[in-house]
Amino acid sequence: MTRGPAVGRTVGVLALQGAFFAHQIAFESLGQQTIQVRNEEDLGLVDALVFPGGESTAMSHLLRTSEMFEPIQARLSEGMPAFGTCAGMIMLSTAVIDGRHDQRSFGVIDIDVQRNAYGRQIDSFETDINVEGLHEPFHASFIRAPQVVRCGSGVSVLASLADSPILVKQNSVMVAAFHPELGVDSRVHAMFLEML
Amino acid sequence: MTKNAASGATGSMNIKRGLAEMLKGGVIMDVVTPLQAKIAEDAGAIAVMALERVPADIRRDGGVARMSDPEMIEGIKAVVSIPVMAKARIGHFVEAQILEALGVDFIDESEVLTPADETHHIDKFAFTPPFVCGATNLGEALRRISEGAALIRSKGEAGTGNVVEAVRHLRNILGDIRKITQADNAELFDWAKKLGAPLPLVQEIQQTGKLQVPLFCAGGIATPADAALAMQLGAEAVFVGSGIFKSDDPAPRAKAIVEATAHFRDAKVLARVSRNLGAPMTGIGMDQINERYAERGW
Repeated sequence: MTRGPAVGRTVGVLALQGAFFAHQIAFESLGQQTIQVRNEEDLGLVDALVFPGGESTAMSHLLRTSEMFEPIQARLSEGMPAFGTCAGMIMLSTAVIDGRHDQRSFGVIDIDVQRNAYGRQIDSFETDINVEGLHEPFHASFIRAPQVVRCGSGVSVLASLADSPILVKQNSVMVAAFHPELGVDSRVHAMFLEML
Repeated sequence: MTKNAASGATGSMNIKRGLAEMLKGGVIMDVVTPLQAKIAEDAGAIAVMALERVPADIRRDGGVARMSDPEMIEGIKAVVSIPVMAKARIGHFVEAQILEALGVDFIDESEVLTPADETHHIDKFAFTPPFVCGATNLGEALRRISEGAALIRSKGEAGTGNVVEAVRHLRNILGDIRKITQADNAELFDWAKKLGAPLPLVQEIQQTGKLQVPLFCAGGIATPADAALAMQLGAEAVFVGSGIFKSDDPAPRAKAIVEATAHFRDAKVLARVSRNLGAPMTGIGMDQINERYAERGW
């Protein structure tokens, strides 16, 4: 199942805030080079973009002040592959429940997401999950995690927890409610490289 | 560890350090009212530190500084959706138990409050929420990690608006890490002895070249340039205490520090966001202060 790096492709990791470095380590363990994306110039160099975990309100704010929302929106509408985890899932979703009034999402995957649906940090947890296409369970961390509360018919569910989708895919976009970038298991990152 | 409704384990070291990872590249702001907490969230803060007095006022007022009133912490929790942190006195594990019961997202065992125990820090493994602790050097950082801290910050000198001590502490910690990566195995025993730190943690640093948990900067940051300085020195996020709400015009300064922290290597952005912010907090020199908070804790 694990394949080598996507030859000749550059994977960008949005590096305005959050666990972007952990994503870079995960891709580099697969032999895939990555670059940090902080401005429009960086964006021009990448073929795919990863939206890391962090605080979605802070990232949404920084996308606006850094004048990055529209350029990213344009690339996504041209079909640039994207992978979002936790806050990244919130940013790629169609609608955000309990978001800030000025929080914008890119709407490139047909799901509605509720922020912090599993509770505060004292409710954050880790557990083994089964992922479609992976033979062994994946150990997943849920940190102040969002929950998918509506999933459109065009969206494929690759993993669920207690009947809630936690890893979903539509066209060239994949999002996770958990943090595959924490820990040393890069199988979910390999699944994203398969999509490129 | 306990079980969550979705039948996973809570309060593990992975989960504690995981939240610290999510805060990287961001700004954590001290706030004393719900209104300030909203201003901080609107400005793009990744978390707020709820407290009754900012360090500059604690310094001015003197007396014993303690954990904040739970009513006040809950008031702040109610108005923001970002993580809320709160401070317990060094060694005061009952204040920490109260903060845990309040559902605080991160507990700061802080030298800014008056220490409750002059020998022992809190056993941080006994708690579900993660802890952040201050350090002035690598030995202190590793002792706190061995007690269960999920995040280390420089102590700096809180409430002064003077970044000089935070710079000293970051350089101490990161400089010694760089030296240890060059040490041979025999030298590591001496490093562990000199630092007063557990040998296995020193050996791990030799292998990985980095601290076991994220390292943030705190203590004296007052301007966007201060925040970017801390980031370029190797801090992974910044705490701003008195620097925002003791300045002339807090909201624009808060936004500017958030942008400077995200774009810390981009001098053009730093020049843009540093304009027209009004006066920063006045600040004080290290020779003018009676008590160094950084000397609290051991």
